[in-house]
Amino acid sequence: MSDNGSVAAATWEQVELARHPDRPYALDYIHAIFGDFFELHGDRVFGDDHAIIGGPAALDKRTVMVIAQQKGRTTAERAMRNFGMANPEGYRKALRLIRQAERFQFPIVAFVDTSGAFPGAGAEERGIAWAIADNLVALSQARVPIVTLVIGEGGSGGALGIGVGDRLLMMEHSIYSVAMPEACASILWRDIARKVEAADALKLTAADLKRLGLADEIVPEPPGGAHNDYGVATDAAGAALQRHLAALEAIDIDRLVEERYQRYRKIGA
Amino acid sequence: MFRPKTRYVALPSPRAGVGEEVDRLTCPKCDTSLEPARLTAALGVCYRCGYHFRLRAPERVAMLVEPGSFREEDQAIVAKDVLGFKDSLPYTKRIEQSRAATGANEAVIWGEARLAGHPLVIVCLDFAFMGGSMGAATGEKITNGIERARQSRLPLLIISASGGARMQEGMLSLMQLAKTSAALGRLNAAGVPYISLLTDPTMGGVTASFASLGDVIIAEPGAMIGFAGARVIQQATYETLPEGFQTAEFLWQHGMIDLVVPRPELPAVLRQLLDLYARNGVAGDFELHGKAKTPTQAPASVVQR
Repeated sequence: MSDNGSVAAATWEQVELARHPDRPYALDYIHAIFGDFFELHGDRVFGDDHAIIGGPAALDKRTVMVIAQQKGRTTAERAMRNFGMANPEGYRKALRLIRQAERFQFPIVAFVDTSGAFPGAGAEERGIAWAIADNLVALSQARVPIVTLVIGEGGSGGALGIGVGDRLLMMEHSIYSVAMPEACASILWRDIARKVEAADALKLTAADLKRLGLADEIVPEPPGGAHNDYGVATDAAGAALQRHLAALEAIDIDRLVEERYQRYRKIGA
Repeated sequence: MFRPKTRYVALPSPRAGVGEEVDRLTCPKCDTSLEPARLTAALGVCYRCGYHFRLRAPERVAMLVEPGSFREEDQAIVAKDVLGFKDSLPYTKRIEQSRAATGANEAVIWGEARLAGHPLVIVCLDFAFMGGSMGAATGEKITNGIERARQSRLPLLIISASGGARMQEGMLSLMQLAKTSAALGRLNAAGVPYISLLTDPTMGGVTASFASLGDVIIAEPGAMIGFAGARVIQQATYETLPEGFQTAEFLWQHGMIDLVVPRPELPAVLRQLLDLYARNGVAGDFELHGKAKTPTQAPASVVQR
């Protein structure tokens, strides 16, 4: 770390804030922002995954389709939510909701908060990679506006599996990374202890993503982080979502889908 | 049919020394000491036990397409160190080392070629170059290949061999999953067929994007294919993984791929698929390298994914 030590330490602080156990989770935002929310369950193939939730919700005069990654707060809920790590069923439920959103012309609002898709034997057997890839295609083509808000951790393909859209917003102390720092340290150095160094190298903070041109807006949090005042955080998130949705709804849908394609097409071009 | 320029086409693993001169190779499966010439004649398949050695991308392409028909594109597209990433080496040095060691510019090559009489776009990943990892340049070349297939209405063949996303490019790497998938969504909507060939290994973000989006997915025997690695799964869940977990055969049993094809049979299987999928004039009715005949529209019945 040497002279970069203090920078790395500051980055690590962001990682810990993004993972703070008292941080508002998706349902906290959903209940605060939407007038009504009806949770739909099940992928109609295999099961219901509680790590990804969603359903229609009222926002102003319109209905939106909410798709969100949900972590648990109590030990029992953490186990029930599988620590926010979804299985294929979660992504297939999300796909069901994407299709429904298109059919009823509900704009999609996605809340990202996961360290990644679940690394389990069953997930592999049931095609976790297939489920994520299908969602990447479906979201890239969906003929409704899509706003994504990263509220805590955005982890790798597991986050992207519900995270492709027209706008990417990030809560001030959220992170989004190609791999969680621990995984990256394990891959590069086979040493999880170097996670702080990895976190810094990965450029994963909201400010980093804004600088890289990947995030459109950073939503401010109350001093010290969203856990200090849920109301301030959820109000700011709600206002930002409203503003971006209104702007997107004014765009002709053919143009919007083309702009979404170009948004990703130009990354690394 | 298989006449590589170098003697070092078939390698047991990148750790065996990519590009190094090896007189004899030991099969990692049956431990037999193999004669390189005989191994090459056997297309890099162990002539004792059938183990499929990994292939470099140029040799892989040469093995499949009609001689001289492959025209490589985008050789000038190379990785950039946007993040200023440093692991044990600065990323720029790591790229230089990979280039020197492999003679390749990036982890993928692509171009138009002809296979069994069919013009097609072929995209082939190279595991020897930084584990076939997908950086922004890799994703850009793959996407250019996909878009060419769509514009020229040529069938697309992507041959995957990759550890997944490239850590050194952070989020720019992750976004290549979205970029390649979006491009394939358009190819799919245009009714142009895409055959995905999975080779050892195909893991992580590559599996979670273009590799699993084929209209037809085939894989070589014994290839490791999956999303999370076995080590990660065991660390996370303490599960005992079943015999043959994440092999091509395992995926076939679980309905994730269409067929496991031994390497010597690949040309015949690909020919059969191209014959069938190009029959109705949707694709394949075109000259190579941009000299299109009358463009054929996708039939109205083609639905979007």
